[in-house]
Amino acid sequence: MNQENNNIESVPEPTLLGKSGMETSGLELFANLVSELSGSTKTNEKIQSLVDYFATAPDADKVWVIAIFSGRRPRRAVNSRVMREWCTEIALIPEWLFDECYHTVGDLSETLALLLPDLKNEKQKTESLSYYLEKFMAIEKEDESIKKIFIVDSWQQMNKNERFVFNKFITGSFRIGVSQKTIVNALAKVVELSSSVIAHRISGNWDPALTTFKELLSESVSLSDFSKPYPFYLAYAIDGEVENLGDINEWQAEWKWDGIRGQIIKRNNELFVWSRGEELMTDKFPEYFILKDLLPDGIVLDGEIIPAEQGKPLPFAVLQTRIGRKNISKKQLQEAPISFFVYDLLEYNYEDWREKLLTERRKKLEEIILPIKNNAIQISEIIHCSSWNELAALRKKSREMNSEGIMLKRKNSDYKVGRKRGDWWKWKIDPLTIDCVMVYAQKGSGRRSNLYTDYTFAVKDGDKLVTFTKAYSGLTDKEFGQIDNFVKRNSIEKFGPVRTVKPELVFEIAFEGIAASNRHKSGVALRFPRMSRWRKDKTVDEINTMDDLREMLEMYGK
Amino acid sequence: MPQLISFTDKGLFCEAGNFYIDPWKPVERAVITHGHSDHARFGNTYYLCHSFTKPILQLRLGPNNYQTTGWNETIHMNGVKVSFHPAGHIIGSSQIRVEYNNEVWVVSGDYKTEDDGISGKFEPVKCNAFITESTFGLPIYKWKPQQEIYDDIIDWISKNKETGKTSILITYSLGKAQRVLQAIKETTQTIFAHGAIYNMQQTLIDAGFDLKPVVRITPETPKELLKQTVVIAPPGAEGTSWMKKFHPYSIGVCSGWMQVRGNARRRNVDAGFALSDHADWKSLLETVKATGAEKVFVTHGFQAAFSRYLNEENIAIAAEVKTQFGDEDEEAISPLEIKPEEKEAE
Repeated sequence: MNQENNNIESVPEPTLLGKSGMETSGLELFANLVSELSGSTKTNEKIQSLVDYFATAPDADKVWVIAIFSGRRPRRAVNSRVMREWCTEIALIPEWLFDECYHTVGDLSETLALLLPDLKNEKQKTESLSYYLEKFMAIEKEDESIKKIFIVDSWQQMNKNERFVFNKFITGSFRIGVSQKTIVNALAKVVELSSSVIAHRISGNWDPALTTFKELLSESVSLSDFSKPYPFYLAYAIDGEVENLGDINEWQAEWKWDGIRGQIIKRNNELFVWSRGEELMTDKFPEYFILKDLLPDGIVLDGEIIPAEQGKPLPFAVLQTRIGRKNISKKQLQEAPISFFVYDLLEYNYEDWREKLLTERRKKLEEIILPIKNNAIQISEIIHCSSWNELAALRKKSREMNSEGIMLKRKNSDYKVGRKRGDWWKWKIDPLTIDCVMVYAQKGSGRRSNLYTDYTFAVKDGDKLVTFTKAYSGLTDKEFGQIDNFVKRNSIEKFGPVRTVKPELVFEIAFEGIAASNRHKSGVALRFPRMSRWRKDKTVDEINTMDDLREMLEMYGK
Repeated sequence: MPQLISFTDKGLFCEAGNFYIDPWKPVERAVITHGHSDHARFGNTYYLCHSFTKPILQLRLGPNNYQTTGWNETIHMNGVKVSFHPAGHIIGSSQIRVEYNNEVWVVSGDYKTEDDGISGKFEPVKCNAFITESTFGLPIYKWKPQQEIYDDIIDWISKNKETGKTSILITYSLGKAQRVLQAIKETTQTIFAHGAIYNMQQTLIDAGFDLKPVVRITPETPKELLKQTVVIAPPGAEGTSWMKKFHPYSIGVCSGWMQVRGNARRRNVDAGFALSDHADWKSLLETVKATGAEKVFVTHGFQAAFSRYLNEENIAIAAEVKTQFGDEDEEAISPLEIKPEEKEAE
């Protein structure tokens, strides 16, 4: 490094300087951002870190950062198996030891970053984020040997934090404790647009490699992308008594359907189907193709993608047979027919209707949807009730209708962005529960690294134990700490990362549904299982049985 | 003939000398490596420890029959030669060398090889059999030089000052607290401390150690006095109402576990400093090699991985040993658990 040239007149921007006095590269800026974000527990500080980042980072890098945090990433250029191999080769450790480390760290990218040897020479300046990401795309089709040279050379120029984010880009799944909402709020501050406009701009179909920061966030551009969905309005679970919501006449009640929340868009005579996860799913549901002819142009509908027969919803398990398939067979179309239950009208005649009142949107929605007589679409029916008691009684029947409970929407409310309190509430039915015993444990990942937090549970079948579900959530950190301690002292055998544990700890598992499954030993699959209580008051003799599970399957799973 | 040191349900037992090393159940004669509560427990009739460890045991275990020794002095017990050697872990921490019939065993206790200036400089001791800890016995644990971490801590403190925040450093009261205090004493004038930290620091100062005095925080300490200062607190204080007084603050945890991001995120702290009083992977390996031991017994930590590696690489014949060490040592267990000792001290 050239220390002599540190002349006082030409002091560069302080924000662009690293500790060494060398100009900070795009990758390093981003690595610093990531470590700041994970080192901060307050949303305002996170937003400030992001604002600072967006104010200093190269434009091309910013586009990639937005893309990555809104779930768009380049295809995986290098598979993780070879990255492991290269790392063990450089770090001179056996493969089994790499695996031990990986199970303790719980994150592949971080394991690689920690195991690679420290830099031998003076730190080299790295490149921008966009450089690496474009390079990943360029080498995707190349031979492994070419990939290896690029990856290994890059590692050797990077510090630990840079290696971590670099690996993250390759291995996918970048979760570092900022929500898309936080990104949107930070961008709104930087470019001085409202956050709902930003949220809309960064949604939909765009390619970070072909889009500039200006194009992405300028006034004029977004009109040309006809596929762009609106951000979804999401409800919180109601806390406290439903009576506290006031007069029932101010509320619109609907069933809460258990499918995939989605938007159907028809603009420019083209049809687009988006999931809440912002995945474009148009091709997956051929049932909807006909809607291109049945719906008016310039319309956006919010609703539920759900399997249904003659207007009656089928269990979620039926939809699962359709998810993840590229080609849908005739048989599947017959056995798992999909419909769209429309909740709301977000755009009509190319006009954004989100700020209009629910009653007005609903009226127009009925005008549009009711005349369409087709199994592919139907309006989500309003439940008419004159008292909360009456509604509470109806809610008890939810499970029989394959519904998860009731949605309550304030009649004079607009359509908001993201999860907000106040105008929309979900009033779900109580989950099903079963008492069972923990038999296997595995270390978790992310903030649960090096802790046994992922468990497999069993019920009794005569004098045997039969495993039937896994669950990872529902306990406090303190409880996880105590169980981790138990697992470490009571493990019987070790199969790779999994330990078999003395069957002693009893838990109540809560779940939303049950279905027959031939993939599981027990013959059942649960929907959303989680640990609702640690039953310290119960012994393993008092847990539920396989017969109890079968009975539940009979009652709720058919 | 039984092996010189055997592994019993009461602890590491030297039958020929009729004594235990760091026993976890009460025995007649206990040889103590260091003052952490998983190594020095209640109820033994006689305690033998390093003279620096005695004031710590007196504070934690009360009056007992203590006999002390210095480093490299030989004591004869039933014809068995016993001597203490610096382990570098905390003040007074020692490896115990046991010699009988020309056979030498060494019990490491907990150790670190980097000299922190207060715990004594670690010396590897030649032996036939070495009983080593393995708290951080995976290659992901490689520590930065301590001065770099101290610089990070000092930077963090001054950044907090600039933004008007109090810096709360979470450290174990015995060991890490003294080390961190030494590191920041030049840059920070008055340092405030939780009662548990204060008691330990004052005990050591009274015993003659040249350490930085700290100011004890009491319910009477005015809030204004604490603004933008540095506060040292034990893990048990984290997340309790005791912390309210310092608002606005930033929490930094000093522990080897902070090497992995997930641990820092789980504790929801603002900063994690991977500063450890245990040997990292490389130091563990170097130490095992330096002892020349042909047999190595690996205790608390990643014993399975570390012993397998020693065997596969032909560094020594290694075996895992189950002990009850690590149960109450801040660094040796899951970082989630609350230490009983720290809770009492609140």
